[in-house]
Amino acid sequence: MLAFLIRRLIQSVVVLLVVGAVSFGMFRFIGDPVNNMLGQERTQADIAELRDRLGLDRSVLVQYAVFLRNAAQGDFGVSYRQGRPVADIIAERAPATLELAAVSGVMALVFGIGLGVITAIKRNSWASSAIMTISLVGVSLPTFLIGILLIYVFSVQLEWLPSFGRGETVLVGGWSTGFLTQSGLVALILPAITLGLYQMTLIMRIVRSEMLEVLRQDYIRFARARGLRERSINFRHALKNTLVPVITVTGLQMGSIIAFSIITETVFQWPGMGLLFINAVQFVDIPVMAAYLMLISVLFVSINLVVDLLYFAIDPRLRIERAKA
Amino acid sequence: MIRQFSAFWQSDFGWKFRHSPTAILSALVTLILVGAAIFAPLIAPYNPFDSSSLNLMNGFSAPMAPNAFTGEVFLLGTDDQGRDVFSTILYGMRVSLFVGVLAVLFGLVLGVTLGLIAGYAGGRVDGFIMRVADIQLTFPAILVAMLIFGIAKGIIAPQYRDQMAIWVLIIAIGLSDWVPFARVVRGATMVEKNRDYVQAARLIGRKPVAIMVLHILPNVLNPILVIATISLALAIIAEATLSFLGVGAPPTQPSLGTLIRIGQTFLFSGEWWILLFPAATLLALALAVNSLGDWLRDALNPRLK
Amino acid sequence: MTPPPVLSVRNLVVEIPSRAGISRPVNNISYDIAPGEILGVVGESGAGKSMAGNAIIGLLDRPAHIASGEVWLNGSRIDNLPLEDLRRIRGRQIGMVFQDPLTSLNPLLRIGDQLTETIREHLPVTAAQARERAVAALEEVGIPAAAERLDSYPHEFSGGMRQRVVIALALCAEPSFVIADEPTTALDVSVQAQIIALLRRLCRDRGTAVMLVTHDMGVIAEAADRVAVMYAGRLAELGPVRSVINAPRHPYADGLMGAMPSLSIGQRRLRQIPGAMPRPSKIPPGCAFHPRCPRAADPCRVDPPPTILDDPQGRAACWFPLEHSA
Repeated sequence: MLAFLIRRLIQSVVVLLVVGAVSFGMFRFIGDPVNNMLGQERTQADIAELRDRLGLDRSVLVQYAVFLRNAAQGDFGVSYRQGRPVADIIAERAPATLELAAVSGVMALVFGIGLGVITAIKRNSWASSAIMTISLVGVSLPTFLIGILLIYVFSVQLEWLPSFGRGETVLVGGWSTGFLTQSGLVALILPAITLGLYQMTLIMRIVRSEMLEVLRQDYIRFARARGLRERSINFRHALKNTLVPVITVTGLQMGSIIAFSIITETVFQWPGMGLLFINAVQFVDIPVMAAYLMLISVLFVSINLVVDLLYFAIDPRLRIERAKA
Repeated sequence: MIRQFSAFWQSDFGWKFRHSPTAILSALVTLILVGAAIFAPLIAPYNPFDSSSLNLMNGFSAPMAPNAFTGEVFLLGTDDQGRDVFSTILYGMRVSLFVGVLAVLFGLVLGVTLGLIAGYAGGRVDGFIMRVADIQLTFPAILVAMLIFGIAKGIIAPQYRDQMAIWVLIIAIGLSDWVPFARVVRGATMVEKNRDYVQAARLIGRKPVAIMVLHILPNVLNPILVIATISLALAIIAEATLSFLGVGAPPTQPSLGTLIRIGQTFLFSGEWWILLFPAATLLALALAVNSLGDWLRDALNPRLK
Repeated sequence: MTPPPVLSVRNLVVEIPSRAGISRPVNNISYDIAPGEILGVVGESGAGKSMAGNAIIGLLDRPAHIASGEVWLNGSRIDNLPLEDLRRIRGRQIGMVFQDPLTSLNPLLRIGDQLTETIREHLPVTAAQARERAVAALEEVGIPAAAERLDSYPHEFSGGMRQRVVIALALCAEPSFVIADEPTTALDVSVQAQIIALLRRLCRDRGTAVMLVTHDMGVIAEAADRVAVMYAGRLAELGPVRSVINAPRHPYADGLMGAMPSLSIGQRRLRQIPGAMPRPSKIPPGCAFHPRCPRAADPCRVDPPPTILDDPQGRAACWFPLEHSA
C-alpha cells in the first residue's frame, strides 16, 4: 500500500513538473516578459534590473528552477494587465470560486447519490424513468445554456433571483464570504445549480448503473435471504459496494467543477478565479494564465491522491492486493 | 449508388435503423441542419456580412412582425444592427460545423497516428504517449482548449488574430479530443502486431507497418465512426462554449456560440429572439448528433458501452 | 408416530410469463421435511431445483412467481404472506446457504458485522450479546480463533472457511429449516466432504430440517435421508436415499444412478442418458421424460404419468416403473 502511494506521489510530482514547464514556457517564450511587465515609461536601468531579477541571462534550466521556486512560494509574478502581483489578485478572487464550487459540489454529491440510489431501487417506476429522461437532456445541454435558461426564468420572468454577482460579502479573517448575508446566499442559488447540474447528472447515472450491478450480486441475495431490512440492504450493503467507481468519477468531477466554474462565472459575472482566467486569456495576461494553470493542477493532483486514499479506506481487499502489485 | 443504398437498407444495420424512431429523427435533424449549413448562401434571404445590404433602421424587428420604420418582415426577426437572425443562424451554423468537423478530423488523424505508433512501438514510446493521454484526460477538454487558444493568441500578431481564430479553435479542440481515438487504435494494433502475417512480412524483410495499417483500420472503423460522431457533438458544444466565453470565433465570423454571446446581452431588454433561435439551433444540432452517436454505438457494437 | 413436518410443500407451481407464453420451471411438486431430516433434491441443471428453493423462501426474481400451491412452515402458511412478514421469517425460521462462498459474502463488511447485523435483526439481544452469539456461531462451524476472526474481511478466509462463515450466517438466528443450494459445488473436492459433514452434524444436533439442493448424487448419498429426483420442473421420484439409489423406480432416476461413478463399481462403463433435458418453455406433452426414456410407450406421449404410491416411504410418477424384486 505504501509503495503504491509513493509511486502515485512520484507520478503527481512529475505531472506538476510538466505543468510547471508549460507555464514557464508560456511565461518565458510568449512575447518578451520584460516588455510586457514594464510599461511604456521604462528606463534602461529598469530593464536591466528586471532581467537580472528574472534571471534572463542565465540558462533556461536555471530560469525554470527559479520559476518553480517562486511559484512554490506563491510568487507568480506581476499581472501584465493589472500591474499587481498575481498572488494578490488570485487570493482576492479565490473565495468566490471556492464557495461556489463547494456548494455545487455538495449539491451534486447529495442529490446525485440520492437520486442514483432511488432510480436504481425503484427501477420500474414512472418517476425513475422521468428522472432518467431529464438527466439525458441534462447531460447533453451545454452549461452556459442552462445558466442562460435559469436567468431567463428566475431573473427575467419571475424576478425572484439575481442574475449576476455575489451579492453582499463579509470579510472574515481576510476571506470574503457570501455565506453570511441574505443577498450573498440568494446570489449563490442560480450559479450553484448551473455549475452542479452536469456533475449531479453524471454522478446520478453512475451511481444508478453501479447500484443495478451490485443489486444483482449473490451477497445481496444472501443478505435478503437472511431477512435483513431493505434499507440496510440498499444503503449499507449495496451502496458501499458502488463507492469505488463512484469515487473515481466523483473525484474527477470535483476537479472539473473548478474548471467549469469558468463558464458559470462568465454567465453570472461571478467575480472568481474563472472569470479572472477567461479575462487573462482574452488579454493574453500570461502570468495570470500560468498561475491559474499551476493552481488547478495542484488541485487536480491533490484530488487524485485523496481518491487513491479513499479507495484504501473503503475496500479492505486493496490494502493487501495493491501492496503486493 | 442506389443499389448500395438499398443494400444498406436491407442489411442488419439498416433494419435496426428503420426500427429506431430516435435514430431516424436524429439522422433527419442532422441531415437538415447540415444541409442548411452547407447551402446557407443559397437559402439565406440576406447576406448578414455584407454591410451594404444592412439597414440599421431594420434593427430589433420582432419575428414575423413588420418593422416599425421600414415595414420589412423577417422570419426570425433581426438583431440590433438589422441583421436577419435566420440568415446569421445559417451562416453561424456553417462556422460551428466547419470548426466541429475539422477539429474532429484533426483529433482523429492525430489520435489514429499516435495510437498506431504507441501500439506498434510498445515499450517506452507507448508508455510516454499513454501517459500524456492520461495527464491530458485529467484536465477537462475545455480548459486545455482555452489554454491553447490563449497561447496562440500570445504568439499570433494582433492583425492576424481574427482571421486565424477559426484555425486556432480547430487545433485547440482537436488537440483536446485525440485520446479516445488513440486508445482504440492502440488496442487493435497490439492485437494485430502478433498476427502471423505481420511476422511473415517482417521475415521477408518488408516493413510491416503499411500492411498492418491496411488490416487494422477496417477493424477499428466502427468504433472510430462512433467516437467521431460523439466527438463531433462534443466539439460543437466546446466550440459554442469557447465562442460564448469570447475566446472562440470572432464577431466578424460568428458561430452559434458567438451569436448566443451577442444575444445574451438583449436578454433583459426583451429582444428574446436574438438569443432564443441560435440557442435552439445549437441545442437541436448537438442533441441530434449526440443521440445519433449513442445510437450508432449501440447498433454497431454493444460491447463498446 | 412421526412428528409433524417442519416444511410442507403442496402442489407448488412456479410460472414465468414471457412473450412466448408461460413456462413452468416448477410444476406441481409436493413434499414434506421432518425435523432433523435432510431431503436431497437432485436433478440436472434447469430441472427447477433451485427455483423451488427460491419459491419457498420467497426470493423469486420477477417475473417468476408462485402461480398455485401452498408452502407451510411449522404449521403456518407462508407462500401468501405480505413481504414484510416474509422478511421476518427469512433468516429467523428459514436459513439459506448459497452456492459460491466467494460471492455470497459482502466483501466490504467485516464478517462479525454481517453476523451481528443478522442476529440483531431477528433476536432481541444487545450488541454485546450479539457479538457473543456471533463468536459461538463461528466456533460451531469450526472456525479457529473465532473471537479474533470477527474483525476479518471475507477475503481473508479460504474458500472452505468462507463457506463455513456462510453456514454460520445462515444458522445464526437458529432457523428450523435450511435451504442449502448447491453448498459444495464451488468448493475443492477435499473440502466438500467437510462442509457436508458439518451441515449434517449441525442439523442433527439442532433438529433442523434441511432441503439440500444439488446435482451431485455423491453428496446426496452421503448426506441425505430421503431424496427427491426432479426432472423438467416435476418430481420424478421421491423416497429414502437407499431405496432410490439401489432400487430406483423411475427410469430417469435409474439413469441418473447409472451415471454415477462412485455408485456403479463393477459396471464396465458409465451409462448415459441420451439427449438433453427440454427447456422449461418446450416441455413435451405427457411425461416430460418420454423422448429420452428407454421404456416410453404410447400413454407416455399423451397423458401425464400417474403417481405410484404403493410404497409408504416413497412415490414415483411413471406409467411403466421399474420393478425390483425385494
